[in-house]
Amino acid sequence: MKSIAIIGGGVAGMEAAAKLSRMGFSVTIIEEKDQLGGKLMQWHALFPARRPSAEVLSNLKKQVKLGINTILNARVERIEKNDDGFAIVLNHNRMITAHAILLATGFDIFDASKKEEYGYGIYDNVITSVDLEKAFSSGKVVTAQGKTPKRIGFIHCVGSRDEKAGNPHCSKVCCVTGVKQAIELKEMIPDSEIYMYYMDLRMFGRHFEELYKEAQVKHHIQFIRGRLSEAFENQDNSVLIKIEDTLLGKPLKMNLDLMVLLVGMQPSGGIAGILRDLEVEKDADGFVKQTDNQLAPSKTNTPGVFAIGTVTGPKTIEETISEARAVTLEIADYLHNKVASRILMNENYSL
Amino acid sequence: MKFDYFVLPFTLGLVFLFIYLGITYARWFMQLDKPDRKAIGKGFFSLKLFSAVREIILESLLHRKIFRKNLLLGFMHMSLAFGWFLLIFIGNIEDRVYEPQTLNPPYVPIFFRFFNTTVHPFPFHNFFSVLMDLILLLVLAGIVLAWGKRIRSRAYGMRRTTKLSLGDKFAMVSLWFVFPLRLLAESFTHAVYGGGEFLTGTVGNLLGSFLPASALFYPAWWAYSLSLGVFFLALPFSRYMHIPTEVVLILSRHFGLKEKKEHTPLTDVEVHSCSRCGICIDTCQLAFAGGIKHVQSAYQLRAIRYQHINPAEHLNCMMCGRCENVCPVGINIKDVRLISRNKLNGYPIDKNEFVRPTVKPVKTDVIYFGGCMTHQTPAIKKSMTKILRSAGVNYWFMDEQGGICCGRPSILTGHTEQAEAIMNSNVQIIRQSGAKIMVTSCPICYKVFKQDYNLDIDVLHHSQYINQLLADGKLNVKAMGSNAVYHDPCELSRDIRVYEEPRNILEKIVRLVPSTYEKDNSLCCGGSLANLSISLEKRLEITQDALDKLTVQKPDLLITSCPQCKKTFEKASGIPVRDLAEIVASAMSATDKSAEKSIRQKKHLQASEQY
Amino acid sequence: MIEFGYSLQSNRQIDFDLNDRRMLKYVRKNEPSIDWCMSCGTCASGCTAGATSDFSLRRMILMTRRGEEDELKTNIFRCRFCGKCINACPRGVNTRNVIYWMQQAVKNINAL
Repeated sequence: MKSIAIIGGGVAGMEAAAKLSRMGFSVTIIEEKDQLGGKLMQWHALFPARRPSAEVLSNLKKQVKLGINTILNARVERIEKNDDGFAIVLNHNRMITAHAILLATGFDIFDASKKEEYGYGIYDNVITSVDLEKAFSSGKVVTAQGKTPKRIGFIHCVGSRDEKAGNPHCSKVCCVTGVKQAIELKEMIPDSEIYMYYMDLRMFGRHFEELYKEAQVKHHIQFIRGRLSEAFENQDNSVLIKIEDTLLGKPLKMNLDLMVLLVGMQPSGGIAGILRDLEVEKDADGFVKQTDNQLAPSKTNTPGVFAIGTVTGPKTIEETISEARAVTLEIADYLHNKVASRILMNENYSL
Repeated sequence: MKFDYFVLPFTLGLVFLFIYLGITYARWFMQLDKPDRKAIGKGFFSLKLFSAVREIILESLLHRKIFRKNLLLGFMHMSLAFGWFLLIFIGNIEDRVYEPQTLNPPYVPIFFRFFNTTVHPFPFHNFFSVLMDLILLLVLAGIVLAWGKRIRSRAYGMRRTTKLSLGDKFAMVSLWFVFPLRLLAESFTHAVYGGGEFLTGTVGNLLGSFLPASALFYPAWWAYSLSLGVFFLALPFSRYMHIPTEVVLILSRHFGLKEKKEHTPLTDVEVHSCSRCGICIDTCQLAFAGGIKHVQSAYQLRAIRYQHINPAEHLNCMMCGRCENVCPVGINIKDVRLISRNKLNGYPIDKNEFVRPTVKPVKTDVIYFGGCMTHQTPAIKKSMTKILRSAGVNYWFMDEQGGICCGRPSILTGHTEQAEAIMNSNVQIIRQSGAKIMVTSCPICYKVFKQDYNLDIDVLHHSQYINQLLADGKLNVKAMGSNAVYHDPCELSRDIRVYEEPRNILEKIVRLVPSTYEKDNSLCCGGSLANLSISLEKRLEITQDALDKLTVQKPDLLITSCPQCKKTFEKASGIPVRDLAEIVASAMSATDKSAEKSIRQKKHLQASEQY
Repeated sequence: MIEFGYSLQSNRQIDFDLNDRRMLKYVRKNEPSIDWCMSCGTCASGCTAGATSDFSLRRMILMTRRGEEDELKTNIFRCRFCGKCINACPRGVNTRNVIYWMQQAVKNINAL
């Protein structure tokens, strides 16, 4: 039976594992943490309809339970290519072999403390969108002093579209995440005022534009076009910002009880060794390079190595699930071809 | 009187040179303002003359500074300069000893062996002959080494040499002809008339054996005189103007003349003292880290001298002072560049714009000035307020709201009028606050407050102030046990030299790892505010190179005492970059409210880090 | 709006067919990164000169691009070259050099 090793047990890894297994392949998921789920576990509700992420997570996990070998707390130390496929050496002296590898290692969240001028980790009341999702899950959003915030500001493009942060690319999903979180926050704290400080509003997906309108009309969220240079902290620990309202052409200042940084996605830093061993190329923006954006988006330059999900660039959960389903066919095609070529060469082969 | 027509080129050249130099130096002297002229006058009759002469001998003749850089390079420069000096000096003594009664014209000692083909014995005449041959050999060795340097400069410790202009090449070639021609002339003479020592005699015999020496010796003297004449004519217009002018520079420096904000004759002297030796090119980070090697000081001083400044190149300098530090002539490159930048960029400003009060003064003992960059690195200002509060200091954070600039970036980019307006406005605020001490956490601000503001109060960099607080027992720190490397910000290095205080503090807290690039040899982080032209890409190359060099011993932390360095290094560093104030703040014992706040902060973060 | 010779009202419209493109070309030749600006306003947000005057680099660059020189002429000389904008710009524009060459353009506007 042909075997596939999936590195990464998040949305991409779980969905691909389930579908590949149903097609009759032997699948192993290698996950470095102690449970499957990936970044999905950190989200509370998904855009645009604010559907609870726990639903999606439990659905994916359920599919994986059926006959898929899952190795948790596993770190890939080394990968070697051989005639049959690949030998993957893990920590604790474990090793598995596979005929094909699927990279589903995901992304890294931009570390907002690198943008020191925004005060993350320095000022009390600056948090990231990731922190805010966790606060939503816990059911309570309060300032560091324990008070309910009345004025909250969201800063777009933190760590994205930023040469100085080393990430010139756009992370795609942060704008709609911000709008979604603003609406959730407004529903949680009805008498609060919420402000979005953006450069552009990337409402690219289905129902996203409607979400934007809903935010303005139903929830009176204010959108101000201007990017923050640096934040100040007042004596009472509220955050003072000074930006240019670019549409009006005037400087604007305000005090916020809470400032939320919409942090972006950046290429995963921990897979450098894997990419080196497999000789997989990266694109100019640091994400794994897709062989052909339109016609072969899940293939890498190394035969037998496929990549889906955010390892090849920022994308939404829907897109990731679609890619996971699509790569199933690609991998099947590849493995059957290997079988076919072996038969043609008259080699000894057993299924 | 001894004379022959061939001495004319030499004599006319020499006369021209003396007249030209005399007029130029006299003109510069007259353009000085009265106090400076008096200082020079007094200097000649003081002990300062001896220290000046000492430096002239050690540097202009013996090139001690160049020897320190590389032995072969030093020997090359020394043999040419000192050797030529000795040829003239010993030659004149030889002539005086030979004919004590006659006062010969200046060309006679130079062409001694022409005018004295049969030398009557005079005291020590053998000694003099041998000595003159030895000195000539020394100079010729220098010429050969100079050729070698043009071919393989790396052997002389120089990765890059100056690209010379056509005029300089012409003067250099004429200089290269001088001493071989002297050798030929003297050798041919000895071949015909006998005499000569180990060098001239041997060469003379050798050449005389297959060449018609009697026909060639007179043309050889003509050629020697011509080469000297041409060189003297070219000297004032070429790089070799440095030979007499650096003497003037050394004398002026010892007599107390200093560069001012605008152009003075001293600036002319400095600019003409540059020999374009090229030692400044190798030490410049733009060259070794960025691959940019056409903008260094040797070229810019030339551009200033000949008035063909290209603004983009002229402003492509980080003003870190590394070149000034290694210049063998000791030219005040930074001051000269600032004057030139101001000439380039000065424009009329609306002074009222800059004197508009930016903040209301608050009565205080100590002013803390963060500086523009500190607002982009808020960890520093938070740490400083924690430290000041913990030490019980009555302080006022003058630019807490931002919007006040110390004015130095305007000076660095050549907008001095604007800088003066800014400084005047700030001085009013500082005076009205009644503060006795001013502390700043930014070296750029520190430099301008200390040197240009003329404040009556103490101006301290935060490392100096914290050092004082520790010594007075107002602060206590405990060891943290990491390995760290300390980066000397370029604005605190070389001319201002704040080296010991930061190290004093850090040694109590971390284990400092030594670095070759420290103190006088410190690097610029790449974030320099003095460089207008450089692209972001090149800056990153310089930053990355500096990081690689600083972290060669793999420390856990990189510590610096400048917010711009911190901001610049943060972009590219693999290890954490911390300011001195942050290190001190985290090493303080948690005794007061601000410390409690930081603990609460950490708890707030820990909640969000749970995964 | 039709502009008469002695009209009290001036034409508010930017006539992009007829606008003066010399300044943009001059600055672009000496500092190509003026083209990288996306008018996000980060520079203006932290600007030291912006705290006490109307100076906004974002606006200055837009004016240069549109050929609107009049407001540029007075404001462009307010910059203190403090360097906060160049630290902050997300596109990596060499802001201080852009300002420098815009100043040169204004000074030499007849010679352009």
